[in-house]
Amino acid sequence: MAQQGGVLILGEVAEGQLAPATLEVLGIGRKLADQLPGPLGIAILGRGVGALANDAIAYGADVVHVVDHAAVADFTSDAYVGTTERIAKDVKPSILLLAHTANGREVGPRLAVRLQTGQASDCIEFSLENGRLTATRPCFGGAIRQTVTWPEGAAPQFATVRPKTFDQAQRNPGRQGEVISVSATEAGATRFLEQKQEPTEGVKLEDAEIIVSGGRGLGNADNFKQVEELAKVLGAAVGASRAIVDEGWVPYAYQVGLTGKTVSPNLYIAIGISGASQHMAGCAGSRVIVAINRDESADVFKYARFGVVGEYQKILPAFQRKVQELLGG
Amino acid sequence: MNIVVCVKQVPDPEQPASNLRVDANGRRVTGDPNVRPVINGYDENAVEAALRLKEAQGGKISILSVGAESARDVIKHALSMGADEGYIVEDPALSEADPWMIASALGAAIGKIGDTDLVLCGRQASDDDNGQVGPTLAEVLGLPCVTVLRAIQAQNGSLRVEQLIPDGFRAFQVPLPALLSISNEYGKPRYPTTRGIMLAARKQITSWSAADLGLGPEASKPRLQHVRYFIPARESRVEFITGETLEEAGEKLALRLREEKLI
Ligand SMILES: Cc1cc2nc3c(=O)[nH]c(=O)nc-3n(C[C@H](O)[C@H](O)[C@H](O)COP(=O)(O)OP(=O)(O)OC[C@H]3O[C@@H](n4cnc5c(N)ncnc54)[C@H](O)[C@@H]3O)c2cc1C
Ligand SMILES: Nc1ncnc2c1ncn2[C@@H]1O[C@H](COP(=O)(O)O)[C@@H](O)[C@H]1O
Repeated sequence: MAQQGGVLILGEVAEGQLAPATLEVLGIGRKLADQLPGPLGIAILGRGVGALANDAIAYGADVVHVVDHAAVADFTSDAYVGTTERIAKDVKPSILLLAHTANGREVGPRLAVRLQTGQASDCIEFSLENGRLTATRPCFGGAIRQTVTWPEGAAPQFATVRPKTFDQAQRNPGRQGEVISVSATEAGATRFLEQKQEPTEGVKLEDAEIIVSGGRGLGNADNFKQVEELAKVLGAAVGASRAIVDEGWVPYAYQVGLTGKTVSPNLYIAIGISGASQHMAGCAGSRVIVAINRDESADVFKYARFGVVGEYQKILPAFQRKVQELLGG
Repeated sequence: MNIVVCVKQVPDPEQPASNLRVDANGRRVTGDPNVRPVINGYDENAVEAALRLKEAQGGKISILSVGAESARDVIKHALSMGADEGYIVEDPALSEADPWMIASALGAAIGKIGDTDLVLCGRQASDDDNGQVGPTLAEVLGLPCVTVLRAIQAQNGSLRVEQLIPDGFRAFQVPLPALLSISNEYGKPRYPTTRGIMLAARKQITSWSAADLGLGPEASKPRLQHVRYFIPARESRVEFITGETLEEAGEKLALRLREEKLI
């Protein structure tokens, strides 16, 4: 028990590394901790995660609470909540942060009850004044923003952080920090059984520089092939609106949006997508959005940098031919 | 299996975002007054999940909402889908409640309903987009909880559930009683039948106030303070690419993207 006050992060591990979303939380967490007297701490739970402690320090943590224990080898919120509750009660952070991921969504609200504090969900902006945190978060499917704060003196001020919103922390291998080993709370009533992730063919949405996305305007499932073809030519990943995931044209893994993936490519090409706020919530962070839609008043054009108004059936083949020509293919 | 499904009434999320208005002091968001509020979409999926579990296991489905008088409409909707009983918690003191206060009220109401094996919520409300009330309620009731589910199977006294994660799912075994939150991937909710609508029309909805639930001072104190709502500024700066024909426009788009070094 060393840390008192400051910022505490609950880290996540993905494929043996600190998850990208956690590196982002470390980025914003470091900035907030720099404005507070206390340190930046991070808890890392899992089997064999001790090796990541130095990494966390390089990414800005001052204190790393390592829970290397069988009870947290696989995720269950029962075990994670119990363990992180103990750490948080020990170190009494003034701010507690975790990424708004599958784990964070489930752990956050439960942990907030245990710590008798409020939690703000899916935050995209923070400001700190005299130790008092204010957070801004999207709501109403991304159409509205809400600013919230915590009652005077509340601790910790607890928030989940929307992935792909903040820059990842800078890595500095020379940094020094403290590593504390913590035991886990025994697994709770819920038992982890299995995890299945279908490997995506081609480029992953999360990593893509270019994404081509299709929506209901394509007309039918078969026409989605044209989106895939264009993506192939561009070396792009393929995305979709929820409308066509619900129709069963493409799997859920393709869904971009509030309840799908959040992406931020250099170029996002939306074809036959109306631009509902819930869809744009997942891609508005793209550097450039291009929209092809036959309705010139479609909301997607409010987000787009370039647009073509008309039937995609006519526009797309010509666009693709020209792209191929330009790329020398 | 006795199931309580928590349902919330929300502004219709299918209405264009441009319908939404924030009042002068940033306290309230309203949609078009001519567009009827609806049952939160994920809560309708949760009602569907409850109906399928009941079909397989027997039992009783209670529908519970904290809301204004108009929230009776969404309770009736769930009853007309085939649920058995409706409960509403109506109290002005809860009109601007945070997730903690809502969960505390729901928890007390579920205690009063009694004898519950399973509580179902939606993954999030499409107005506040918090996704908090489910897991918060699980803590209030001291139940295990798994969120954002796409499948539930009952198997002798416990449940096998599948939680949505990026590119796939994770499966858990959860003992009963438990709280689960449902995502739309679970499956389409059924439409009410004419008979269902008639049966629902005759059902009484039990109404409780905060005082009826005996909510203590801790349950009535918000843990998160609303500061304000606002509409994010968005400047459209779209450049429309045109041509003699749409084919030409398509080609010019490619050239323009090349010029910007985007491809
Ligand atoms: C709680 C909640 C969460 C949600 N989460 C998500 C999410 O994560 N992701 C998501 O995408 N949605 C989400 N939605 C759904 C969202 O509100 C929209 O319904 C959905 O995004 C619409 O998909 P679409 O644009 O493909 O279809 P539509 O809105 O039907 O738009 C089709 C578009 O295609 C155009 N079009 C038609 N024919 C042609 C043609 N021949 N050529 C060119 N253009 C054509 C039309 O003009 C129209 O603009 C969510 C909704 C709710 C309530
Ligand atoms: N006022 C309410 N009455 C009943 N259930 C609610 C209420 N608010 C939220 N819920 C339930 O909790 C889920 C998550 O809501 P939220 O945390 O507001 O996003 C919803 O899908 C409902 O199942």
